[in-house]
Amino acid sequence: MSNLIQLTNGKAHISDDDWQLVKLPASQVEARKQAGKIVLFKLTGEKTVSDEQIANTVIPAHGKIILPLTVFIARKAELQTRLSKNELGVWLDTHEVLHTLIENQADLNALPIIAVHVERFADGRIFSLGTLLRTRYGFKNDLRAIGDVLRDQLFFLKRSGFSSFAIRADRNATQAMISLNDFSTPYQGAADEAQPAFRRYHRAV
Amino acid sequence: MYKYDEIDQTIVDERVAQYRDQTRRYLAGELSEDEFRPLRLQNGLYIQRHAPMLRIAVPYGLLSSQQLRKLGDIANQYDKAYGHFTTRQNMQLNWPKLENVPDILAELATVQMHAIQTSGNCIRNITTDQFAGVAPDEVIDPRAMAEIIRQWSTFHPEFALLPRKFKIAVSGTKNDRAVVQAHDIGMEFYLDSNQQVAIKVWVGGGLGRTPILGSVIREHLEWQHALTYCEAIVRVYNLHGRRDNAYKARIKILVKALGIDEFKRQVEAEWSHLKDAPNTITEAELARVATHFEPMPYETLPAHDASFDAAIVSNVAFAAWAKRSLHAHKVAGYRAVTLSLKPHGQAPGDATSLQMQVVADLAEQYSFGELRVSHEQNLILADVKISDLFAVWQKARAHGLASPNVGLLSDIICCPGGDFCSLANAKSIPIAIAIQMQFDNLDYLHDIGDIELNISGCMNACGHHHVGHIGILGIDKDGSEWYQVTIGGSQGNDASIGSVIGPAFSADEMPNVVQKLIDVYLQERNAEERFIDTVRRLGITPFKAHVYADKALAKNEVAA
Ligand code: SF4
Repeated sequence: MSNLIQLTNGKAHISDDDWQLVKLPASQVEARKQAGKIVLFKLTGEKTVSDEQIANTVIPAHGKIILPLTVFIARKAELQTRLSKNELGVWLDTHEVLHTLIENQADLNALPIIAVHVERFADGRIFSLGTLLRTRYGFKNDLRAIGDVLRDQLFFLKRSGFSSFAIRADRNATQAMISLNDFSTPYQGAADEAQPAFRRYHRAV
Repeated sequence: MYKYDEIDQTIVDERVAQYRDQTRRYLAGELSEDEFRPLRLQNGLYIQRHAPMLRIAVPYGLLSSQQLRKLGDIANQYDKAYGHFTTRQNMQLNWPKLENVPDILAELATVQMHAIQTSGNCIRNITTDQFAGVAPDEVIDPRAMAEIIRQWSTFHPEFALLPRKFKIAVSGTKNDRAVVQAHDIGMEFYLDSNQQVAIKVWVGGGLGRTPILGSVIREHLEWQHALTYCEAIVRVYNLHGRRDNAYKARIKILVKALGIDEFKRQVEAEWSHLKDAPNTITEAELARVATHFEPMPYETLPAHDASFDAAIVSNVAFAAWAKRSLHAHKVAGYRAVTLSLKPHGQAPGDATSLQMQVVADLAEQYSFGELRVSHEQNLILADVKISDLFAVWQKARAHGLASPNVGLLSDIICCPGGDFCSLANAKSIPIAIAIQMQFDNLDYLHDIGDIELNISGCMNACGHHHVGHIGILGIDKDGSEWYQVTIGGSQGNDASIGSVIGPAFSADEMPNVVQKLIDVYLQERNAEERFIDTVRRLGITPFKAHVYADKALAKNEVAA
C-alpha cells in the first residue's frame, strides 16, 4: 500500500504515488550537508554533487519523474519536452540553496511538483524551504516532503506549505495522517494560513 | 496578568492530547528513543540522573496565586513535594515519572499553564524584568509584547526544529534587568524622538561554551514589526546556522562567522519581504493584550507609613530584611518584595509545596493575587502596601522565606548541577551551600554588600556564571570535579563577561577561594565601591595573586 499522504483542498487522504523519484548515483566523496558548512560552500564554491554523478544519473525515458536539483539544472536542455508534458518535477536537499532553483527556472509553476528531501527528521530547514517556496516564490503546485518524514512533524510541514508527505516506509501513513490536525487554532500566520489568530478571530478580552 | 481566551485554552488542551499520544506511542515502542527525544524536550522533559526532569513554563516569570498553588499541589502529588525555580524564570520538577507527565500537563492546563518549548531546539520561554509594570525606571511595560511574542513563537511551524535553542528577552527599563544582551534576540523597548514605542534589537548574545554579548542589529524598529523582524532573524538562522556541531549551533556562532554587518544585510533582505505581512502586530491586538496588564487597583497612600518606620527602628531583624528585600515601586505607598529562596544551607531556588502555598496566600492577601519568579531564583510580590510589610515579613519568616540576604553574597544563583543534571561536569548545589556556610554572618555579608555569585555545573551555563561578579563553573578533569573561577562578569546595561583567574580548584578549596577574593576586595575597596567596581578598577591581577599565593608556596615547597 502507498505511504503517501496527499492534501486535496485541505483534506488528507492516502494516495497512490505516480511520481518516480530519481536519485543520484552514490558518490565516493562524503558530502557535507549540515548548514554552517553551507556558508562555507557559498564562500568557496564547493559543490556537494560531482559532475560525474550528474552525468551518470539514469533518467527514466518514460513516466513522471522527480529529478535532483543539480541534475535538473545541468541537463535541462534534454528535458524540455518532459517539462512541457507535465512529467517533470524537481527535488532538493535541505542543504541546497533555493536560489539556484529560481535562477534556473524562473517559472516555478511550470513544475507540477517540487519535493524537499529531509535526511534527518530533526532538520528544520525543510520548514523554511517550504515556506519560502510558497510565500516568496509563489509555488502553487504539489509540494512534497520526502525522506525521514514522520508523523510528529506533519503538522509543521503542513503549515509550512507542504501538500503531500511521503511517510517513511516503515511507518503507518494512515495513523500518521491524524497528526496533521494536532492543533485546530494556531496562533501565528504561516504558509498555509497567512492570517494570525488575532486577525482571524475577534478575540475578546 | 494575561488570561486565556478559548483559543489559548484550546491550544494547551490540544497539546495535552498530542503529548499524551506521543508518550503512549513511545511506551508502546512505536517511537524510537531518538524520535521521542525532541518531542519530549520540546515539552520540557529531560531524562536526568535519577528520573526525568520536567520544566514547566512560567511565561516571563508571572504567576497567579492559583497557579502557584497548583504547582505546589503537583509537586506534592507527582514529586517529592518541592520544586526548583530556574534562572529562566521557570519551575522544574526533579522527580516526576515519565508516564505521569501527560497527567501533570492536564493539571497545568486547568490553570492556564503548560510546558511547551521549555527545552529543545526551538524558541524558549520569553523572559523579562521581574519588576515589569511596577519599576519606577520603567519606560514601557514590556509584558504585553512578551505575551504577543509568546503566542507567535508557540508552535511556530517554521521554527519548530532550529539548529539549537533560541532565547528571547524583552525589557522596557532604563536599567536593563532582563540581561537582553545575553540572549539570542534581545529587545529593548523605548520611546523614540516622536514619543512612539520603538525597539532596539540585539542579536547573537548568549552564555554557554562561547559567552558573548549580543550586537545591535537595529537601533530603531517600530513595535508593530517585532514579530516579522524576529521571523527574518530566525529564518536566516534556521537556514544557515550550523547543524553539524551542537556546540557551534547557536545563532551567536553564525553572527560571528558572518560578521554582524553581513548578518544584518541578510536579515534586512529577508525582512524586506516580510515587513507588513499579516503577522504585523495591530493596534487592536496590542490593546487587547495590554488590557490584561493594566495597573492594579492601587489605593492612594502616603509615601511613608508610621507603623513601618517604627518597626524598622524597634526590630533589628525586620530592618535587616527590609534593607535587602524591598524594592522601589512606581506607586506611592507600595513596595515590591523579594521572598528569598536562598536560606543558608539549602539548594538555591528550591521551594517546598508548603512554601508555595504560603507564598500563594501572601500574594492573595497582600499583592493582588499575583507574583513573579526572578531570574535570581527568588519569588517576588510586586505590589505590597508599606503598612503590610511587617505582616508579610512575619509570615514569610515563619516559613523560611525571609532570609535577609537578597543581593548579598549568599543569594547565590545556582543551576541544579551534578546532583540532578545528566549534562553536569560537577555538582553545584554543595558548592553553593558550602559558600553560604562560610559566610554565615549577616553583618559581614552586609559589609561585603552588593555582589552576585553564580554557579553552573557545566558549560551550558544555566547558572549564568559568565555574568556573575564571581562566577564558578564546574569542569571535568580526568573524571573528577573541578571548579573554574571567573571575576568581573556583570549583567545589566554595562554587561560584561567575567575573566578566568587561573587554574581550577577542588570542591574543598572553593569556600576559601571566595573568601580570598572577598578579602582582597575589602582591603582594596574605595568608599561606596561594590565588588564589581573594585575588580573593574584593579583588574584581576591582585585577586589572582592572593588566591594563588598559597598554591604557589605549596608548589615551591614541593619543588624545593
Ligand atoms: S549548567 Fe550544565 S549542569 Fe547546570 S543545569 Fe545546565 S546543563 Fe545541567
